[in-house]
Amino acid sequence: MRRTPVAILAVAGLAMTACSSGSDKKNDSSHSAAGVSTSGGADLTGAGATFPYPLYSRWVSEYAAATGVKINYQQIGSGGGIKQLQEQTVDFGASDAPMSDSEMVKAKGGAVFHIPSVVGLVAIAYNLPQVTQPLKLSGPIVADIFLGKITKWNDSRIAALNPGVTLPNSDILVVHRSEGSGTTYVFSDYLSAVSPTWKAGPGKGKELQWPVGLGERGNDGVAGRIKQTPGAVGYVEMAFVKQNRLSSALLQNPSGQFVAPSDEAATAAADAAIAKLPANSDYRISIVNSPGAGAYPISSLTYLLVYQHMTDAAKAKKLSDFIKWALTTGQKDASSLDYAPLPPSMIAKLTARADSVATGSAR
Amino acid sequence: MSEDVAPRIASRPTPALVPAEIEGASYGDRVYRWATTGFALVIPSLLLLIAWEVFRAGWPALKTFGLGFFTSSAWDPVNGNFGAAPAVFGTIVSSILALIIATPLAVGVAIFLSEFAPNWIRQPIAFFVDLLAAIPSVVYGLWGVLVLVPFIRAHVMPFVKDTLHLGDFPLFTGAAYGPSMFAAGCILAIMILPYISAVTREVLRAVPRSQREAALALGATRWEMIWDAVLPYARSGIVGGVILGLGRAIGETMAVTMVIGNRHELSASLFQPGYTMASLIANEFAEATNDLHISALMAVGAGLFLVTVIVNAIARWLVWRTARVGDGGT
Repeated sequence: MRRTPVAILAVAGLAMTACSSGSDKKNDSSHSAAGVSTSGGADLTGAGATFPYPLYSRWVSEYAAATGVKINYQQIGSGGGIKQLQEQTVDFGASDAPMSDSEMVKAKGGAVFHIPSVVGLVAIAYNLPQVTQPLKLSGPIVADIFLGKITKWNDSRIAALNPGVTLPNSDILVVHRSEGSGTTYVFSDYLSAVSPTWKAGPGKGKELQWPVGLGERGNDGVAGRIKQTPGAVGYVEMAFVKQNRLSSALLQNPSGQFVAPSDEAATAAADAAIAKLPANSDYRISIVNSPGAGAYPISSLTYLLVYQHMTDAAKAKKLSDFIKWALTTGQKDASSLDYAPLPPSMIAKLTARADSVATGSAR
Repeated sequence: MSEDVAPRIASRPTPALVPAEIEGASYGDRVYRWATTGFALVIPSLLLLIAWEVFRAGWPALKTFGLGFFTSSAWDPVNGNFGAAPAVFGTIVSSILALIIATPLAVGVAIFLSEFAPNWIRQPIAFFVDLLAAIPSVVYGLWGVLVLVPFIRAHVMPFVKDTLHLGDFPLFTGAAYGPSMFAAGCILAIMILPYISAVTREVLRAVPRSQREAALALGATRWEMIWDAVLPYARSGIVGGVILGLGRAIGETMAVTMVIGNRHELSASLFQPGYTMASLIANEFAEATNDLHISALMAVGAGLFLVTVIVNAIARWLVWRTARVGDGGT
């Protein structure tokens, strides 16, 4: 409440500059009071993906400390975030998987921008107490393990990639997510890219018909089950590998290198994928199995979802400012929380895109 | 209970003589009566409303897949193909498994407490058994994840497979994950034990003293007295308690989700992961991918609703029957 007069001044000032410049911030003047009318204490509300929540919540608190703009982000899941954005009950959504065309059409507020906020990586975690050095795996082998075609750890194909490693003659126990999840989407996106059989079979989605294995709820559930069960293998976000001190496999990328999951390797994957994009890309892209040198194959972008045209110009300005802050200052927080920062090549393009949110006219 | 209440009602003055029926007070009485009637009607209408909503929401899936929805074991959100057979199967199997484990234990505890236990031990044990019912299911789930499942994986499964050499027996095939139908049955057994035990204890206590004395007078041993005179008398009441436990097992969600392994597959092996209807809904509802997926989950909910209604109806009927038998006996 203490900040209210400041907010009025800020918004009024914004409206005045908008009127005087007169070029592209046409509709701001009609909303000079809108900025202070937000109830519940938050200036902006957002909802969606749980995966980037630790980062977003740090951003929210740092941004509030730096600028006084309060943002309320609720981790309700990617699917929920998309639904709330479609219904316009939040100012921005967040999702690990890009919205499909049919989801885009259902958005009541018009065109939706996908703005990648950070790069995530999914690790193949396993529990083999006898094996001390990191296991090397290739895409087709991972796919065949999760297809149930490779069932023993000492399978000749795994052994061929790991000379000198004594692999146990035990069952491979596959663990996957039991609920719909962005992590599953990214992982199945990768498996579809490296295995035609997987693409034709379970396919790509937030939730799949798994050929083998058991389901656990949440990254923590999967990580916990792997930690507890010798012979288990599963896919989890990098942060959970570190928290649970699990072993993670080196994965072979299209350049033939075996790459450990790390933030540099994920940023490299994003960089290589972005280099191939056309200038006007909507960023609804997959960066799995990215060709770059040193790129980690199971990397993904997580998105902020915003309407190109927001009816409330003051909110549009605040949101655009926040996104620009997140793309620049905010990226410094990524590594310490086990995310990978966006490659510098993306930042300028995305900042321009965030700007066009603020200037959009009401429908 | 009904035996206590019935005579008192009968001995009251006839309604015409009750002071409340006097003219001046009748307005307040009528308001009171309509208000309580209203309250009473809220509950059944709430139930009907829930049933209606669940069936309505599940209708698109039931229409798309027909009755095959309950016999198909496909659950493929990517291609929009859903079938609830593994979940229905898992619900029934895990609940029955729980009953098989819990019933002898619970009845045994109840017999001990009502027939054998000295007073100083009866109260504490009864208290602890009842306390099992007060533990939140998520705590059972955590215990299952951290203690029960590792124990089953590291000791029970190797024992059955390697020591008893039963690994090829259909009930025990497959890789030893730990989370399994067996783990779910075990945890459910512990959870429903206090319900069955409490009901059985009450029923045994209601068996008339004359019944016991008659058996003893005929020269029966204590064991014969319990087996031939007390248990038959209490049988339908015990069955009612078991059915109540079954209802609880069918609806249990959280603890089962944490130990059953959440796998859409019909498997005869108790050591393989499975699914139940309740855990399926709990897992997938928040992140359901499309309208048909949500509808399929609601249809599973409708199926679960039907099963629990049927089980509760059976329990009611059995309890009612017990009460009548009890009346006839005294």
